[in-house]
Amino acid sequence: MTTHTTSPRGAVRPGSTPGRTPRPALQKVFGRNPLGWLFSAPYLVFVLAIFAYPVCFAVYMSFKDYFFAAPGVTVDRPWVGLQNYVQVFQDPQVLQSFRNVAVFLVINVPLTVVLALVLSAALNSVVRWSTFFRVSYYVPYVTASVAVVGVWLFLFSQNGVVNSLLGPLAPSPSWLSNSALAMPMIAVFVTWKQLGFYILLYLAALQNVPKELYESAATDGAGRVRQFFSVTVPGVRPATVLVLLLSTVIGANLFTEPYLLTGGGGPNGASTSPVLLIYQQGIQQGHPGYAAAIGVVLMIGVLVIAFFQNRFAGGRDR
Amino acid sequence: MQRRMIAIGTALAAATALVLTGCSGGGNASSSDAMQAKGPITIWYSNNEQEVQWGKAAVASWNEDHPDQQVKGQEVPAGKSTEEVIGAAITAGTTPCLVFNNLPAATGQFQKQGGLVDLSKFSGADAYIEKRSGDVADQYKSSDGDFYQMPWKSNPVMIFYNKDVFEKAGLSTTDPQLGTYDEFLAAAQKIKDSGAAPYAIYPTPTSEFFQPNFDFLPLYAAETGGKGIATKDNEATFDDQAGYDVANFWKTVYEKGYAGTEQVQGDAFATGKAAMAIVGPWAIASYKGKVNWGSVPVPTKNGTAADETYTFPDAKNVGMYSSCKNQGTAWDFLKYATSSEQDQKLLETTGQMPIRTDLSTTYADYFAKNPSYKEFGSQAARTVDDPTGPNTIAALQDFRDFYTKAVISGDGDLKAQLKQAATEFTKQAQQK
Repeated sequence: MTTHTTSPRGAVRPGSTPGRTPRPALQKVFGRNPLGWLFSAPYLVFVLAIFAYPVCFAVYMSFKDYFFAAPGVTVDRPWVGLQNYVQVFQDPQVLQSFRNVAVFLVINVPLTVVLALVLSAALNSVVRWSTFFRVSYYVPYVTASVAVVGVWLFLFSQNGVVNSLLGPLAPSPSWLSNSALAMPMIAVFVTWKQLGFYILLYLAALQNVPKELYESAATDGAGRVRQFFSVTVPGVRPATVLVLLLSTVIGANLFTEPYLLTGGGGPNGASTSPVLLIYQQGIQQGHPGYAAAIGVVLMIGVLVIAFFQNRFAGGRDR
Repeated sequence: MQRRMIAIGTALAAATALVLTGCSGGGNASSSDAMQAKGPITIWYSNNEQEVQWGKAAVASWNEDHPDQQVKGQEVPAGKSTEEVIGAAITAGTTPCLVFNNLPAATGQFQKQGGLVDLSKFSGADAYIEKRSGDVADQYKSSDGDFYQMPWKSNPVMIFYNKDVFEKAGLSTTDPQLGTYDEFLAAAQKIKDSGAAPYAIYPTPTSEFFQPNFDFLPLYAAETGGKGIATKDNEATFDDQAGYDVANFWKTVYEKGYAGTEQVQGDAFATGKAAMAIVGPWAIASYKGKVNWGSVPVPTKNGTAADETYTFPDAKNVGMYSSCKNQGTAWDFLKYATSSEQDQKLLETTGQMPIRTDLSTTYADYFAKNPSYKEFGSQAARTVDDPTGPNTIAALQDFRDFYTKAVISGDGDLKAQLKQAATEFTKQAQQK
């Protein structure tokens, strides 16, 4: 027989006064532990100032024919309702940029998860030279994109090293000026560049997988491959969800690579990303209202993808 | 709990609304008081070595004679481009008094932002500008008829050719025969066939809005005898036979492989990757000791005499910014920096052409001593710049997108796309 120690909903606790007693106003607003607000205030202020305020302001701008003006100058920034959003869904360039980034994510995210997981598992089992290998994978991540892009241009340009090796098998037009290959090339580049960071995440997660599970699996006759799929993969699922979310968010914000690697989203806009368009519209062309609308649509899209990733990849942890 | 969250949410929303609405305050950017005020000012100039040298000297010489109106000169802060740095500084209210690096195409946008001072409001300003620059100045007027930029210096774009490569390819180094499209294409074929250089020419094929200034615009100005790509009312003009001929010429250049379609690291001409370049005299300093070069005007379909050929000026002008407290001093310094004496120093130090009507005569000694610059001095009188409306950059970006697709990649029907591009250009350029 089980004894219930928790009070059922609505029951009066022993020692409490029946009926509602008015609480102090401060407690009404800040709850029973107002000191908690004080402790979390620095981070709260940071989040509000650095994240919440710009997002609110971007949403506000997206409903106006907004442009940046000098301080103190009276300018007309008329309310345009949903006009900017209608334009977003009618502008072929914007639609193409969303298709491009979808191609990018379809290649980049799975590739990142699979490679990072496999390589981290391999690195985790390496005994000698492990620091050297870990640093080697991390170097591209900490190297400035501009420098790394230079190396890729050297490798993949028309007369680059890769085409020289491929000879007649080299694609024409070449990798970075080929409409079909430009975005996949960027996806591979970003995967390679960011891989070190995700490997580190997985390596940290792998330390929490109990060794006993591997021993039990081995006792039951599971080989290395079986152990990987039955122990390692489920054991690092929280890290996988994190890698999925981060690679999606970072990938959706793609800017530097199409700006530098393919000369501003070329060829023919085949590698233009929504953020590159936001930059062109908002900063270069003086249409921050329209740029904000593209940004809001992108943000909603990323949130939807992140929701489904969390739902299907991490749902069973709840 | 729910009520508490609603209360906090309401307070946050109210605070956000207050901040948001507070961001669009009123006021007047420039006042007549500021236009009279004298005192210390700050100026920005370009970061290329020669201009820094000129800027420092000009500032030092002014400061010697004006102890109470000291000028602080510095290079334009680092950024993706000068235009973005200026745009951000306007919004933040941190612009200097003068920027000696204003792109004419961006001026309308800066004006719309309330960032620029109307120079025409200074006593005698229009007369000073028009006397110094003549009819060329007219294209730098705003749609309201005033000057929000002082025409300063130009780098008229011409065809540079590498004499050593031309010699290897069996082409004349003194009379390279590049006057017509056919001649140019024939020379390019010879360069390709001979293997003297990997490419005949290498205009930057990337997507930035300003790239048309270095491929389509110079040839269109030449082909039309001085017509810009838009009328004063910002209606596109390039949807004509001349526009088609120019676009078709470049399309052929790319189709035949005379030019590369990928961006290159470094200067293709200076590194010997291309036998020709389409650029202004500012680049001469970077070719010193690397390339044995010559220059000719840009080609036209049927050939045009050198002294009748128009081109793109690649001009940089001077803007005075509304955050300037001592605009009186700024105007005086602007006149000082564009005086005949300072223009001579600019020419001698940078090799760039002051936008003056009397360039060839006033500085005849300079051109006699530097004959390679003579053609540029002559060419400076026949230039056509970008339009200067508030939405010019967006219009130029649309044009570049068309050009990348139809010309560089050669996709689709050129004539139909040119027509479509003109319609889009007009739509964008006429936006207020």
